[in-house]
Amino acid sequence: MTAPGIDLSTVTEDGGPKGLGVGESRSGEASAVALRSASLSFGPRTLWQGLDLDIRPGEFFAVLGPNGSGKTSFLKVLLGLLPLTSGSAWVAGRPPGGAGGEVGYIPQQKGFGPDVPLRARDLVGLGIDGHRWGVRVRRRETDTEIRRLLERVGAGGYANVPVGQLSGGELQRLRVAQAVAGDPAVLLCDEPLLALDLNHQQAVSALIDQQRSETGAAVVFVTHEINPILDYVDRVLYLAQGEFRVGSPEEVMTTEVLSELYGSRVEVSRVNGRIVVLGLPDATTHLHHVHDQPALALDQHSEEDGS
Amino acid sequence: MNLGDIWNSIFAFDNYGEILALVQNSVWAGAVLGLLGGLVGTFVVRRDLAFAVHGISELSFAGAAFALLIGADVVTGSLVGSVAAALTIGLMGGRARSKNSIIGVLMPFGLGLGILFLSLYQGRSANKFGLLTGQIVAVDTVELQVLAIAALAVIAALVIVWRPLGFASVDPEMAQARGVPVRFLAILFMFLLGVSVALSIQIVGALLVLALLITPAAAAQKVTSSPVLAVVLSVVFAEIATVGGILVSIGGRIPISPYVTTLSFLIYVVCAGAAAVRKRRGGARSSPEALTPPVRVESGV
Repeated sequence: MTAPGIDLSTVTEDGGPKGLGVGESRSGEASAVALRSASLSFGPRTLWQGLDLDIRPGEFFAVLGPNGSGKTSFLKVLLGLLPLTSGSAWVAGRPPGGAGGEVGYIPQQKGFGPDVPLRARDLVGLGIDGHRWGVRVRRRETDTEIRRLLERVGAGGYANVPVGQLSGGELQRLRVAQAVAGDPAVLLCDEPLLALDLNHQQAVSALIDQQRSETGAAVVFVTHEINPILDYVDRVLYLAQGEFRVGSPEEVMTTEVLSELYGSRVEVSRVNGRIVVLGLPDATTHLHHVHDQPALALDQHSEEDGS
Repeated sequence: MNLGDIWNSIFAFDNYGEILALVQNSVWAGAVLGLLGGLVGTFVVRRDLAFAVHGISELSFAGAAFALLIGADVVTGSLVGSVAAALTIGLMGGRARSKNSIIGVLMPFGLGLGILFLSLYQGRSANKFGLLTGQIVAVDTVELQVLAIAALAVIAALVIVWRPLGFASVDPEMAQARGVPVRFLAILFMFLLGVSVALSIQIVGALLVLALLITPAAAAQKVTSSPVLAVVLSVVFAEIATVGGILVSIGGRIPISPYVTTLSFLIYVVCAGAAAVRKRRGGARSSPEALTPPVRVESGV
């Protein structure tokens, strides 16, 4: 935890927080997501510190790292669900959690109970106006918008199916539709491909990238597995052992960088356009990537949850 | 008492029109509570709060019993008890699991207090019994007005928070990410639930509140997955149970609550049966793709 991370990409093109507060400048190159000297600790455990980051509109930004490295917590900070220990953050020009409709969120795949009175179309509808007060009045316009979003993600065929009966892949398509409602400036994705088969992994990542390229949304994509999104990723934030590296996949995903980050010999090779990492210190836990967060973090957060 | 006498105690329709005119207020009270129960119930079921309703009603009973003992207004006592219980559950129990243990702790305490206050009470025993099993027959016009105003206030508050509350109820993480004040809504809903329980107790009693606040919504959820239709059906079912129960009961000599709970239960059974039949006929959807396995074994990051 001594040395802060190193930004391997061209270091802060816009010179960082001089004069104007970062993220407050609304000029062409305003950051979609900005972090300054950000750090996050749970008690004595520092997940990351000294993080300076600017994610540009239209950038596909992946957050990688082993279990417990703080990548899900990184996303929770951007969602405003977890305060930074120090430093500051902006999302779509506002403090985290304050940008409402400008932020789309795609969660991990998690099934609904069989009795939940909600159809596919209703789930998408929640993404459109679920956060507004009162009851839905402009029913026809909302229905049109729901249909458009369902078609966009190829979910028109199961619009009226209860969410409890959907497969993981179908549900994640709906999650994309729900998140892109209103064309948010930032898409925050928390392991959206987890527990999907290869076809659905490709389909869901393609949908997310399509939204990025068509609307210029910035994508922050937390994942333990870069290969399904390798074609889309512009930059990578790799978190490990309380440190981090930022750069393009070619710069970060190398034997030298990862070995240095992990403090032990890690082999990175490319096989048929895929990146294979061998010798990860916690390779065994990689097979069970369900609990992707330190237990402490989970507890702290869930206590704050209302339900 | 032979079977015929029992039957006549339960169902009696002599001079029905005259009695109906006398209990008009009760019918209206039942209609108001049916509307309230049907609406609140849909959120209770979606938020998985059935046990909380039970816990709140026991403390509401304790509050009412205390009011009876000290000669204060019973409705006020019941309201204080149930709102205090609801807020305690809402503030202390963040997640369903810890919530359930807090309810389990509160419930016997409330019931015990209620029994203590009732044992100390020297007045009419019908008053005691009414708190637990309901007493709708004697609703005067003032009480009806108070009930209607309180119920309308709860319904108005529900309408204001309708969409975000529904969002937070079925999809809480997503709602939070979208900026919905999930925690605030959880507490607010517990408050509204507390008031609703206190009002319902006037009709069906502390032990049977679930029949009004849960069964209709649960039955509706059995037969539809449309959120709007679920609310409409829940209200219709609750109205059938309360108004129907009162109309059937007025000639007989027993309290109103068995009629309400039985009708409510029958509706649920019919709905559950319909759901089962539809499922067997394959009305439920046969998905072309199986659920993908939860764990992919693959090297590389």
